[in-house]
Amino acid sequence: MNKKIWIALILLGLLAPFVVYPVFMMKLLCFALFASAFNLLLGYTGLLSFGHAAFFGGASYITGHLVKNSGLTPELGVLGGTLFAGLLGYLVGSLAIRRQGIYFAMVTLALAQIVYFVALKAPFTGGEDGLQGIPRGDLFGFIDLNQVYSVGGNPVALNLYYFVFVLFCLGFWIIHRTIHSPFGQVLKAIRENEPRAVSLGYKVERFKLMAFVLSAALSGMAGSMKSLVFQLASLTDVSWHTSGEVVLMTLLGGVGTVLGPLVGAFTVVTLQSELSSVGSWITVIIGVTFVICVLLFRRGVVGELGRLLKKSL
Amino acid sequence: MSDYILETKKLSKEFKGFTAVSAVNLKIQRGHIHALIGPNGAGKTTVFNLLTKFLIPTAGTIHFNGTDITGEKPADIALRGVIRSFQISAVFPNLTPRENVRLALQRKLGVSYHFWKSDSILKQLDGRAMELLEDVGLAEYAEEITGELAYGRKRALEIATTLALDPELMLLDEPTQGMGVEDVDKITALVKKVSANRTILMVEHNLKVVATLADRITVLQRGAILAEGPYAEVSQDPQVLEAYMGSAHD
Repeated sequence: MNKKIWIALILLGLLAPFVVYPVFMMKLLCFALFASAFNLLLGYTGLLSFGHAAFFGGASYITGHLVKNSGLTPELGVLGGTLFAGLLGYLVGSLAIRRQGIYFAMVTLALAQIVYFVALKAPFTGGEDGLQGIPRGDLFGFIDLNQVYSVGGNPVALNLYYFVFVLFCLGFWIIHRTIHSPFGQVLKAIRENEPRAVSLGYKVERFKLMAFVLSAALSGMAGSMKSLVFQLASLTDVSWHTSGEVVLMTLLGGVGTVLGPLVGAFTVVTLQSELSSVGSWITVIIGVTFVICVLLFRRGVVGELGRLLKKSL
Repeated sequence: MSDYILETKKLSKEFKGFTAVSAVNLKIQRGHIHALIGPNGAGKTTVFNLLTKFLIPTAGTIHFNGTDITGEKPADIALRGVIRSFQISAVFPNLTPRENVRLALQRKLGVSYHFWKSDSILKQLDGRAMELLEDVGLAEYAEEITGELAYGRKRALEIATTLALDPELMLLDEPTQGMGVEDVDKITALVKKVSANRTILMVEHNLKVVATLADRITVLQRGAILAEGPYAEVSQDPQVLEAYMGSAHD
């Protein structure tokens, strides 16, 4: 895609904390990465997982535990969470890819519910309260992530923001590279016509499993980031609502497009925060938005835009 | 090496008590175009799926170049050089024809698991991909969206993709099915052209195509072999005529 778009997006990201409420912006980045990682699986491999919250939430618990109770630095906490999610992805993926379509989704959902149960009952997760007061700590041991700077009279944790932004860019770059790699080509082939990919000699199970692990690990990275931003790992992160939300974001923005998940995450997170005053009605509003989206532009916002411009975005 | 590239012994397949294929002994001679024909429901496609490992036989063995491949998986036999086509055209619809062919060429580069590399390293395959598209007359459509191509062109693309793997044995499942007369002639000529230096086994409905192409024919009926031999011989076989026409005299 156009280099100019990328440079503009990076500049926007760098300047954002001076304009937008930074915690909101960081939440957005976490969910945008989560949705992009999910899209790698749904949009480019054709696998609908309904248990991605297990990776997102699981990693946020692990990161929280590592930095709070083991006293690790935040970057090691994120690394630990990401690796854990990758490992969990390997286990879940190995079981789930034996089935296809709706059965695949069901297996991922069932296994994610087990993770939810563990998060509820295990001794180190804090049960219903979750892990609270996770320290942000010092990046590499000397950059204080709690350090606030005065931006237009408001205190802003710029160190933390840029740490999160760099992680987001890294994760997004890995996804982008994966999509546009020889491996990504085979994934697309599997999405398009699995029996044909088999008959060309590709062992599709291995490709699917690798895509699953990558997607899980990057979802975990997003969850780890989230636990540092909000200093909290909670049951919401591992619940099936979160799994559903990421499906929603991806479809809304445009499945199988690079920018779609970003737009989708932006839309859903903005709606949630702008409409938080209306209470539980928010579910209805987001639901209606989703229905309208599916009826009017089935390819999602970016998907339709791409079709109009005859470009793959 | 034996003269037969593919050999089956007592190949059988049952579906819940119904015997779709029973004790088929098939021998495919190296270098031949071998056609598998028979009326509807004779078990042609089942035999085909058994050979390509998409179905598992209930009994019997399959040997390829003298090696027992009965227990192998579809991707394994593809690595041995047995490549199949599908009855409904098997292409990757949202990719371009060039990318379709390149996917077949890509495997040999050994970078298919390298998700950290840019796909620009695949550009080295573009030349060969274009040659193959040229061979099947699709060069000018190389950058279109495959899903939007005409049916006959999709089938031609499928053949180009299969050829990209340089298969020793090509298995074609009804290559001319659902085509107009012009396309049938084109595909027939194409199959003839690509048959040089390789063996082809095809399931085919169109007897005219079979008559033009096949060196040897096996006729299936109710899951068993009814007759085998060159077209001229088989087409005069009273049993075959009866199976096809319902009568030995017409």
